[in-house]
Amino acid sequence: MFDALTKSAARNIFYGGSLAFLLIFVSLTAQSHYYVVNTSTAKAPITDGVVLGKHVWEKNSCINCHTLLGEGAYFAPELGNVFVRYGGDKDPAAARETIKAWMKAQPTHIEGRRQMPQFNLSEKELDGLVDFFAWVSKIDTQNWPPKVSG
Amino acid sequence: MKYESQKVALAYFIVALALFAVQVTVGLIAGYVYVAPNFLSELLPFNILRMLHTNSLIVWLLLGFFGAAYYLVPEESETEIHSVKLAYIQLAILVVGALGAVIGYVFRIHEGREFLEQPLWVKLGIIVGALIFLFNVSMTVLKGRKTAITNVLLLGLWGIAIFFLFSLYNPSNLSVDKMYWWYVVHLWVEGVWELVMAAVLAFLMLKMTGVDREVIEKWLYAIVALSLFTGLLGTGHHYYWIGTPSYWQWIGSIFSSLEVLPFFAMVLFTFNMVWKRRREHPNNAALLWALGCAVLAFFGAGVWGFMHTLHGVNYYTHGTQVTAAHGHLAFFGAYVSLNLAIMTYAMPYLLGRQPYNQVLNMLSFWVMSSAMAFMTFTLTFAGVVQTHLQRVLGQGYMEVQDQMTLFYVLRLGSGAVVVIGALMYLWSIFGPVKPELVSRDANAAPAE
Repeated sequence: MFDALTKSAARNIFYGGSLAFLLIFVSLTAQSHYYVVNTSTAKAPITDGVVLGKHVWEKNSCINCHTLLGEGAYFAPELGNVFVRYGGDKDPAAARETIKAWMKAQPTHIEGRRQMPQFNLSEKELDGLVDFFAWVSKIDTQNWPPKVSG
Repeated sequence: MKYESQKVALAYFIVALALFAVQVTVGLIAGYVYVAPNFLSELLPFNILRMLHTNSLIVWLLLGFFGAAYYLVPEESETEIHSVKLAYIQLAILVVGALGAVIGYVFRIHEGREFLEQPLWVKLGIIVGALIFLFNVSMTVLKGRKTAITNVLLLGLWGIAIFFLFSLYNPSNLSVDKMYWWYVVHLWVEGVWELVMAAVLAFLMLKMTGVDREVIEKWLYAIVALSLFTGLLGTGHHYYWIGTPSYWQWIGSIFSSLEVLPFFAMVLFTFNMVWKRRREHPNNAALLWALGCAVLAFFGAGVWGFMHTLHGVNYYTHGTQVTAAHGHLAFFGAYVSLNLAIMTYAMPYLLGRQPYNQVLNMLSFWVMSSAMAFMTFTLTFAGVVQTHLQRVLGQGYMEVQDQMTLFYVLRLGSGAVVVIGALMYLWSIFGPVKPELVSRDANAAPAE
């Protein structure tokens, strides 16, 4: 097969082509980086609370049960739009209290229902987490997810 | 085994297979939690189980790659490894890091970005280990013969180390974070890991079929060209819904659809080489794993990846059990099978004996592969149901999950069979050696 193609030609195509595609890819991500910072995530500022919330999110490995913008584990609900699901786009204060109360009430210990651990977060950490969810819900995600159910 | 220093591969393979056992065991427990959610919910919650499952997978696959490199580079370069001592030091660092991570996870010591949960000191240990490895193998290749197989293998392994550096970058902007997170995750498994995979398959074909090196190496370059031409811009299929520009929907859809091609080329390559073989290699089990690797990677990574990669489809399926189905068969087909293939091939040489326990080994291939295929089907059905109920009809997440119990029970069953298959494999490698029941030709000249 491919008798017309010599090994050295194949090698040159591989190295040259890969380098070209890598350069295109890196340029496009540079442009995307600029777009993300200045357009798609520019609706709300990254406050100290958002930074703390992201840290709380990571420290407790939330991603290994939940998804965030569709990425993560598939054991628990999507949280990219959880703030909207709790009505935060209309009544942010009520959504904040509901999410915090939910976190404090875990685990439910209901037999046969998936259990979320109690993470014993401080008020400040809980508020940061909600700040983070509120911030994430304002990212322009090309209208994903299709339904508010996540 | 022609070179004494190839022996270091044995230590790598043993540690890798031990972690393989951990990975499938924890996977089985996690599968059980889907069916009986209260199990271990306080002691080892699901997020900890999943970190153990995914991290042990990644580490054992990497240890397998390192072992494979230490095995095949001396034969390709026709020289001993630069420093056997460094190879063992590297292994010691990686073992300490892996054990530290696993034990730490149980005590809730971890970072929190998916797959990159290793604490900073473990990440730095991995980087130091990788640098020692790259130095050692590069020095070996530089002083010896340079072949396409070592070129591509080294490029892949250098790429693994370089892209891992992005794991150290964790910006506070989640969308930027995700964008570069994929520089590690996607550019590994759908980029540079494919280079390692193609190089190892090429080595196995060279040794087991006796087809001309020129032919095999031409195929190798063609395959890896397809991998990177499609895989680099194919990253776009992860940039649909994370805050990145909409042009990725077209770039991602087009290039990631083409990501099927390198896997299809690997099927054509391996089968063609076996049909044109000039020798009968006595290790039938290794040949089965190599062919199985190409086929299962084509279905798991290629077909199941394509199934949900077009942005119009992915809009509905993104982050459902469809993704889990694809992930399981892709990793098993491409990288688990590859490692089990090179281990099956190399272990007889490393232990200084004829291929052994082949029937049990081949049986383990069929048991594990069938069970993984069944698991993939059940998760696919679960994902389709989930997509419709949750993403089209808009039902709540837990309400939908309650309707998927049957699929999770079936998945648990297939997971149990995978564990049995894995134990059969381990027994065939490490268990007592039985007299051979089948051999195409006992007098066949052993491969070089």
